[in-house]
Amino acid sequence: QKYYHYVHLFLQVEQVRLLDRFSNKSVHGTLYLTATHLIFILHHHIASVEKLSLTTSGCPLVIQCRNFRVVHFVIQRERDCHDVYSSLLRLLRPVCYEELYAFSYNPKQNDQQREEGWQLIDLGAEFERMGVPCDQWQLTDVNRDYKVCETYPRDLYVPVTASKPIIVGSSKFRSKGRFPVLTYFYQEKKAAVCRCSQPLSGFSARCLEDESMLQAISKANHNSRFLYVMDTRPKLNALANRAAGKGYENEDNYSNIRFQFVGIENIHVMRSSLQKLLEVTGTRSLSMSDYLVGLESSGWLRHIKAIVDAAVFLTRAVTVEGASVLVHCSDGWDRTAQVCALGALLMDPYYRTIKGFMVLIEKDWISFGHKFADRCDQLDGDPKEVSPIFTQFLECVWQLTEQFPQAFEFSEWFLLQIHEHVHSCQYGNFLGNNQRQREELQLRERTHSLWAFLMSEKRNHLNPFYSPAYSEAHPVLEPSTLPYHFKFWRSMYHQFDRSMHPRQSILKTILTLKENSRKAESTLQALESVSTLLHIPPATSRLPHSGSEEDEQEEVGEEATESTDTERTVEGSSGTESRKQSYGELEGTYNSDLVKEEPAVVSLEFGVARMTC
Amino acid sequence: MSRSCCIINCNSRSHDSHGKPTGKEIGCYRITSLKRNCSSHVSEVTKTRRMAWIAAIQRPNITSQNTPAHRFVGSLGHITVKCKDLRVIQLEITGMEECLNIASSIEALSTLDLVSLMYPFFYRPMFEVIEDGWNSFLPQNAFKDLESMTDEWRLSEVNKDFSLCPSYPPLVAVPKDFDDETLKKVATFRHGGRFPVLSYYHKKNGMVMMRAGQPLTGTNGRRCKEDEKLINATLRPGKRGYIIDTRAINVAQQAKARGGGFELEANYPQWRRIHKAIERYNVLQESLIKLVEACNDQSHSMDRWLSKLEASNWQTNVKEILTTACLAAQCIDREGASVLVHGTEGTDSTLQVTSLAQIILDPGCRTVKGFQSLVEREWLQAGHPFQQRCAQSAFSNSKPRHEAPVFLLFLDCVWQILRQFPCSFEFNESFLVLLFEHAYASQFGTFLGNSAAERARLCLPEKTVSLWSWVNRPQELERLTNPLYEPNSLVIWPSVAPQSLLLWEGVFLRWNRSSKCLDEAYEEMVHIIEYNKELQTKVNSLRRQLAQLETEDPLLHTP
Repeated sequence: QKYYHYVHLFLQVEQVRLLDRFSNKSVHGTLYLTATHLIFILHHHIASVEKLSLTTSGCPLVIQCRNFRVVHFVIQRERDCHDVYSSLLRLLRPVCYEELYAFSYNPKQNDQQREEGWQLIDLGAEFERMGVPCDQWQLTDVNRDYKVCETYPRDLYVPVTASKPIIVGSSKFRSKGRFPVLTYFYQEKKAAVCRCSQPLSGFSARCLEDESMLQAISKANHNSRFLYVMDTRPKLNALANRAAGKGYENEDNYSNIRFQFVGIENIHVMRSSLQKLLEVTGTRSLSMSDYLVGLESSGWLRHIKAIVDAAVFLTRAVTVEGASVLVHCSDGWDRTAQVCALGALLMDPYYRTIKGFMVLIEKDWISFGHKFADRCDQLDGDPKEVSPIFTQFLECVWQLTEQFPQAFEFSEWFLLQIHEHVHSCQYGNFLGNNQRQREELQLRERTHSLWAFLMSEKRNHLNPFYSPAYSEAHPVLEPSTLPYHFKFWRSMYHQFDRSMHPRQSILKTILTLKENSRKAESTLQALESVSTLLHIPPATSRLPHSGSEEDEQEEVGEEATESTDTERTVEGSSGTESRKQSYGELEGTYNSDLVKEEPAVVSLEFGVARMTC
Repeated sequence: MSRSCCIINCNSRSHDSHGKPTGKEIGCYRITSLKRNCSSHVSEVTKTRRMAWIAAIQRPNITSQNTPAHRFVGSLGHITVKCKDLRVIQLEITGMEECLNIASSIEALSTLDLVSLMYPFFYRPMFEVIEDGWNSFLPQNAFKDLESMTDEWRLSEVNKDFSLCPSYPPLVAVPKDFDDETLKKVATFRHGGRFPVLSYYHKKNGMVMMRAGQPLTGTNGRRCKEDEKLINATLRPGKRGYIIDTRAINVAQQAKARGGGFELEANYPQWRRIHKAIERYNVLQESLIKLVEACNDQSHSMDRWLSKLEASNWQTNVKEILTTACLAAQCIDREGASVLVHGTEGTDSTLQVTSLAQIILDPGCRTVKGFQSLVEREWLQAGHPFQQRCAQSAFSNSKPRHEAPVFLLFLDCVWQILRQFPCSFEFNESFLVLLFEHAYASQFGTFLGNSAAERARLCLPEKTVSLWSWVNRPQELERLTNPLYEPNSLVIWPSVAPQSLLLWEGVFLRWNRSSKCLDEAYEEMVHIIEYNKELQTKVNSLRRQLAQLETEDPLLHTP
């Protein structure tokens, strides 16, 4: 509610029905349209609006959101519907960044707090943590004014032996000037993960500076005689690029490289794959067979597996063989970002913490110029540039959390929140396509940082099973990539279809229990201090050590459990109405009054609720 | 290895004292001997012995095709043992002759026909039986609970000598006003003599669920007035009921030609018939074989995995069964109607539906004891032919005609509900896996035989140990209880959307993946819950002590 005070109300339509996606349940209400929100939905979430043909009950309006929410309204009067429709079309296609929500969003923070929020993540400190600069790697100021590569950040790390002419020469031989730079340094073996774009080799072109650059990277690692060059594209795509004067490294021209294709498909394939997936899962009364066939033919999980496979390859090369790896694709900002980030996550437990994960995204995605504005369709742009590359990365991480439930400090709620805000445009972090653009937009001065907000909400995003000891024992994760380890991510693609999720959440229950334990510990301490004053024998008031069995069985027995205020959402009979249809066959019920709808309130799901009301 | 048979008291020898074969077909290998009264050592020995037994006799199924025993590398022979719990073991044995002997022994012993040669008859429990499981779930006790709720039903002894219906127990609950003579008439009208009996009484609204075999209407529409009167007696005045036929309508139509059929509207005007398409048991076996094959496929192709998973139809079967059970539960709880469930024989899909509906409706069935009681009532007593259905499991190259994973599918469906309501069940996944294992191969007699009649003939209570005797001991129960359990008195409605139903990895991928990480996370969860309980207890006890002091000494004030 509170944002309505600040924003202008565009439209108000009474008597609107909101239909459930998978059942016949519906809710009546009033639809409000403001400059930035549609009732509870941010415009920037909206991927498409569709007006369906008129029905007896009114004019239907279907809105598909980028956070995979699908909303189906029925508006009584057709004129109202058309008004809403045309307003939405206008509103969800902003032409300049200043129209985005981030520039009007005000969480009532002063400038200092805002500034502190932006300072939370410091990439210089991150490279220091990795052990860079060191005797083999140094910070270069060659891109200080974004002159060598405008989609790279200002601060870049290169081998000490790579002189400026080599860098500049190499950048001229690489697509969009994205020459090889360091993204992760595996200190234990002094092995480096570097990234770049494809070489402009065509069929026969070569560049001595580029060859020296790779040589320098290879030489910076004394543990290995060769350097892996991972082209994350399918070989066919790379071959096709040669005709356009691009292509891949010729092993004959580069000394001591081992070249490898990985076979991740391009942004267009990924876009249509997700579209197919959503079409299938959005079908009402979907049969198991159609679901599995659709899952297969969409290819979505195949693509996810390809990315994890590539990351596993990278991780093995670095941690087992101790070799340095250079990763690229075409422009080096989509597949390269996916593989480098996921690989680092497998190698370094720090990136599996909440803070570390923010750093990872900031480094490999934001600073190295993943084109968030284009890929997430922030402005009215080219629909062919839109692609769920970052969503795939988050899904890969989720797949790993399923295999290693104790290795990550965060739960899937954290991933969902990040996904939510990549699209909400409520915070400045993901606006624009690269650092240079962000500086021009003065995002640090004019918008707020998502990381500060997520940090303040940290408790909600914790994984209760996280064990730092596990990370110590298993610094490098070795996931299995057998097909059956990849599952459909229901919490992402059906986040807002509540009826599909387990009615009781283990995660929520255990989080609540942990919270209760924390409270109980402090209560116990308070009581303890009182009892010491009263000289109660301390034996019974000691803070229990986990796992220790103490002789208090007698007391346990007679104790009334007064303070077990565990809030559990036990849901039983609720939700039947929405499921009535799926069990089927009861269309002609004898008691018609049984079919009547339960009075219901629009329930606000995690994430969206806080943001809007 | 010595050369006497490992069956206790068998004493047959395949080799003479010099280690030369005596020429019989079966080569015998004694795995280890049991010494009596050697306490600490004994249990270990027994365990090894039992393992060996289970591996050698009950679970594996070696066939000439899948035994690469004939493949030798030097003097090494290889045996592939495919177990009933879906594990695949590779053995490497030195010596060609030894290897062949072991292979043929296992092969012969794993295909024993005679029930009385089964392991439960030789197994001696090494634990103290606190409560004899054979007496834990007697029908008369279950009926006492029913009597406390309603007086409309009576326990009939009409099937005392199993003559009326060979697959029913001696005691069945029927409407009070129907005498045994009428029941006899109804039994002739139902498949296998399975006349309608009470399966579940819904306390909340007094509605009931009954189950039966298909009516024998045949092609000329035979009717039976007594049958009609019997099921009508369960209806409230002016109310109608639902008949849930677990077969698709065309399948039910075809059944007429073989003397079966379904209730015609004209003769049962107060009932509405709904057809659902749960597959017949022989189709289910195909489905299991394909699924297991898909799970053991080690190729790295995602498309291949998904298409094989789809082609197996296993998840489709899970969805169909669960949907039908939800429908039955919905008729009872939401529509306030009584329900009669049947398929063809009334011993497979019927039981899946009636037992799952009870899990949904009755919180009692979600406890450890309640679930045992449910399995006892709705599966063992109700005459699910375990012996026939759970003989060979998924790996079998001879196709046993009656083999089918009907019970496994039921357990899978329970697991699906458990996943969706993880706090509403007193037991955990391990309990379901345990039941799966013991249904197929067990040292206990519980799942032997095809019906109550057969079990009585085999004198199982006297000659074997009940699984429940073993399970219902504190040390076992601890492993099988769900730490998240919080009694939930509500009806629980699971989602049957394909996106909500998962592959039961705990059974089908159990041997193909490392569960270490998952197990550790589970232990961490148990730890968090116990720590919380401990803290709460301490806080309460301290509060109480302070309160006590306060009352004793009014001058003291605590915060």
